[in-house]
Amino acid sequence: MAPAAAEASVATAAVPTDAVARYALGLGDDALMLAQRLGEWISNAPELEEDVALGNIGLDLLGHARALLTYAGSAWGRNEDDLAYFRDEPEFRSRWLFELPNGAGGLDFAFTILRQLVASLYFGALYRRLAASTDPQLAAIAAKAVKEVAYHAEHATLWTLRLGLGTDESHRRMTGALADLWPFVGELFDADPAADALAADGVAVAPETLRDEVLAAVEAVLEDAGLAVP
Amino acid sequence: MSTAIIARDVDADGQARFDEIIAADDKIEPADWMPEAYRRTLVRQISQHAHSEIIGMQPEGNWITRAPSLKRKAILMAKVQDEAGHGLYLYSAAQTLGTSREEMYDQLLTGRAKYSSIFNYLTPTWADMGSIGWLVDGAAICNQVPLCRASYGPYARAMIRICKEESFHQRQGFEILLALMNGTEAQCEMAQESVNRWYAPALMMFGPPDDASPNSAQSMAWNIKRFSNDELRQRFVDMIVPQAEILGVTLPDPDLRWNEERGHWDYGELDWDEFRAVLAGRGQANSIRIAKRRRAHEDGAWVREAARAYAERSSSERGETRRTESRLSVEGVAS
Repeated sequence: MAPAAAEASVATAAVPTDAVARYALGLGDDALMLAQRLGEWISNAPELEEDVALGNIGLDLLGHARALLTYAGSAWGRNEDDLAYFRDEPEFRSRWLFELPNGAGGLDFAFTILRQLVASLYFGALYRRLAASTDPQLAAIAAKAVKEVAYHAEHATLWTLRLGLGTDESHRRMTGALADLWPFVGELFDADPAADALAADGVAVAPETLRDEVLAAVEAVLEDAGLAVP
Repeated sequence: MSTAIIARDVDADGQARFDEIIAADDKIEPADWMPEAYRRTLVRQISQHAHSEIIGMQPEGNWITRAPSLKRKAILMAKVQDEAGHGLYLYSAAQTLGTSREEMYDQLLTGRAKYSSIFNYLTPTWADMGSIGWLVDGAAICNQVPLCRASYGPYARAMIRICKEESFHQRQGFEILLALMNGTEAQCEMAQESVNRWYAPALMMFGPPDDASPNSAQSMAWNIKRFSNDELRQRFVDMIVPQAEILGVTLPDPDLRWNEERGHWDYGELDWDEFRAVLAGRGQANSIRIAKRRRAHEDGAWVREAARAYAERSSSERGETRRTESRLSVEGVAS
């Protein structure tokens, strides 16, 4: 059997253990929630180009969510739609950052961009590590996602610079939005027993090991944009 | 610029060359001389076409957060994104005629420019995503395929790209209805009820009957339009009747019957008073659609202003350095 074919058969045949499934579900829920939030922007953005861009990013995230939910669900005989549509809030494993409305006072582009900045730099760091997971299915999903989130990070970085350095008004709005957002950033790196146990086998990434890398990347962009971490 | 155009408008050589290109069914390009009325007609038609794509994002955007499966949600998001892209192509095509996107956009927001009457109908059910794809995009395709041969090159080329994507959308819409019609009784009812609402408005998308369409003859003489409103409407009816049979839906038209002599489907008279009322701004959702677009534009003003101010700054050396540094920091994280 050719190596590629062997890999594919591993990927499709493999059913995750309950622990791996719960880990994949958490990652999928984060992506699903953020995709839903970005979907609210479509036809409401400041420019047509941003309707396209935010829709595009949302669509990528929805793709990640579908892959992760499908993989997770295979452990329990449930499909992506069972998991997306037939769970209630207490069963969702997403973190607050991804669930928050698109701004405290409705659709706020500043808040949305800052959340995208944190999210895409976090996803980037996570998926780069996860692409080397000993679980081939998680590795394959992450390897595909990593290319997409690099585009998302570029989009968010450029907008953070434009808004941070643009006008007094845009700077003021970014400062306010950053204060609203920042309390939810730390949760991304909180210890997670499901992930931590799997990290020992090289399956998952322990969240706390991402903290320094992600925060340094976020802070570097904020500093370039003339914004201070609250 | 307008005096230059007027001066060129009486250019006999230019007119002769223009007539020659039209007679040979070749393409007029942006730098070619063209009659002022041809330019005006195209600006109006292309910009209103662009506006229709932009306003048309709303009735479907309404269902993105509520789509009933993740696959349907992804398809719908991709589709609405395509629509924004079509708007952008079309604004670019119109700009080659010497008008700015801001100016066209302002005409939309102030109600001086029209957009397709169809987008002033509401989308109360999920089945409407199917009906819009099948009937509305189906009508748009019948209208737009001949525009791929329109005499104005940039418009024709935009339409070629747009039609490829539109035909996907139409199949997706058909597939939504097909899934519902193969579903539960409630789903069948939802599909039928939706088709009942969209059938007549979709037929009206081709515009008024030929005897009430004063601009058509000139547009046909200029090879902008290739077929009359009624010819295209007939083509559409002939296309959807067999498709409705496959779906198992009925079309809400008691006068719909096969005419052996003509080799076409006869269809009933449409409510042209309703059509005129919608075009005049008195349809179901005219006010909501424009209000939403205006609000997005107003709420986004500070963002566009910031982008402009940043662009001015970043052309200075300091800005360039900052930009480069930040790019590096992104790539550093990404590597």
